[in-house]
Amino acid sequence: MSAGSLFAAIVARDLRLALRHGADTLGAVLFFILAGALFPLALGPSPELLRRMAPGVIWVCALLAALLPLDRLFGSELEDGSLDQLLLLGLPPSLVALAKMTAHWFTTGLPLLVASAPMAMMLGLPFSALPVLMAGLIPGTIVLSLVGGMAASIVLGARRGGVLLPLLVLPLVTPALIFGAAAVDAARTGLPFAPDLELLMAFLIGALPLCPLAGGMGLRAAAE
Amino acid sequence: MSAGEALLLTGPNGAGKSTLLRVLAGLRRPDAGRLLWQNSDILADVAMHAAHIAYLGHQDALKSGLTLAENLALFARGESLDDACAIFDLTNLAHVPVRLFSAGQKRRAALTRVVLAQAPLWLLDEPSLGLDARSVERLGIALAQHRAAGGMVIATTHVPLPLDNVRHLTLPGAPLVDLTGWEDVP
Repeated sequence: MSAGSLFAAIVARDLRLALRHGADTLGAVLFFILAGALFPLALGPSPELLRRMAPGVIWVCALLAALLPLDRLFGSELEDGSLDQLLLLGLPPSLVALAKMTAHWFTTGLPLLVASAPMAMMLGLPFSALPVLMAGLIPGTIVLSLVGGMAASIVLGARRGGVLLPLLVLPLVTPALIFGAAAVDAARTGLPFAPDLELLMAFLIGALPLCPLAGGMGLRAAAE
Repeated sequence: MSAGEALLLTGPNGAGKSTLLRVLAGLRRPDAGRLLWQNSDILADVAMHAAHIAYLGHQDALKSGLTLAENLALFARGESLDDACAIFDLTNLAHVPVRLFSAGQKRRAALTRVVLAQAPLWLLDEPSLGLDARSVERLGIALAQHRAAGGMVIATTHVPLPLDNVRHLTLPGAPLVDLTGWEDVP
């Protein structure tokens, strides 16, 4: 098989696994919706306050929800010996890592993206700001999968890796959070939002080659 | 090693048989020395070396949620899945989720993946673990066919394997450490 079809085969295998274990996959989205629903309960049902906080709430909840499945992303592969077989497919380790990150985006990022529209409406975000929210969340969730996958491969095999993971991921993705939430805020108040989205895209373009490379090294180190 | 040869690694527990196999597979860097495949260093391009080998580890590396065919689809390099499943008598189980398999059936599934890899060098870590007598026989046939086609086998084992005309390499045990005095440690 060529590198491209092997890459697609790994992604397809992970998607099939995610469908088989549907409850695990839905868990992240349900967490996202529940965490978002807690804010009106905790802050009181003031529409103005919720509308102002909506971008930040959605972004923070999406970030935390994307963390949930990261622990198992490579952890399950290491435990049952599949990681050795994946590394022996003949693909460079960085491509194996990228394939797993892609699968993470399809099983976590994409459902979060779909769930964020009703969440935005629930919090009273104006419809005019919705396209900007989506335009920010698409690169934002990809960044989460890339940085999260890299961190997951680095902590692989470490004792209490699950605790270490958020400590590693959350500081690294703060730029995406800042620019993503700021873009929606700007759109809501009628200010130009393009610079924020451009900075977010720049962050994505930086992460796209670097995270799989670091992730591949992490996988190789974990297999040794 | 040359085409058709087989090497059996034996030695006490902890002697480093499995570690040696992992080094040969390129999964682990050797602490010292060089590893050559037809006179070129394999560490120069580990991903390229992966095409030469089929590795069977301690673990069967099967996803319990997927069926056998789905598990193996990723590893089929050209060979038909049905033919490979027939080698270890798994044809009837091809579309059964692996979580329903017994330990021996899982081992046979992992051996099927080795056949599917169509690699010249098989690295087998205790391949007969959990296999019944008939399956060991089938393993012997698969090994013989692989060697007849010019393939090589390096296997670790504690029990006799169905291999004839085989070279042996016995790894010495771990260096003896003086353990007297350990009783004082709380």
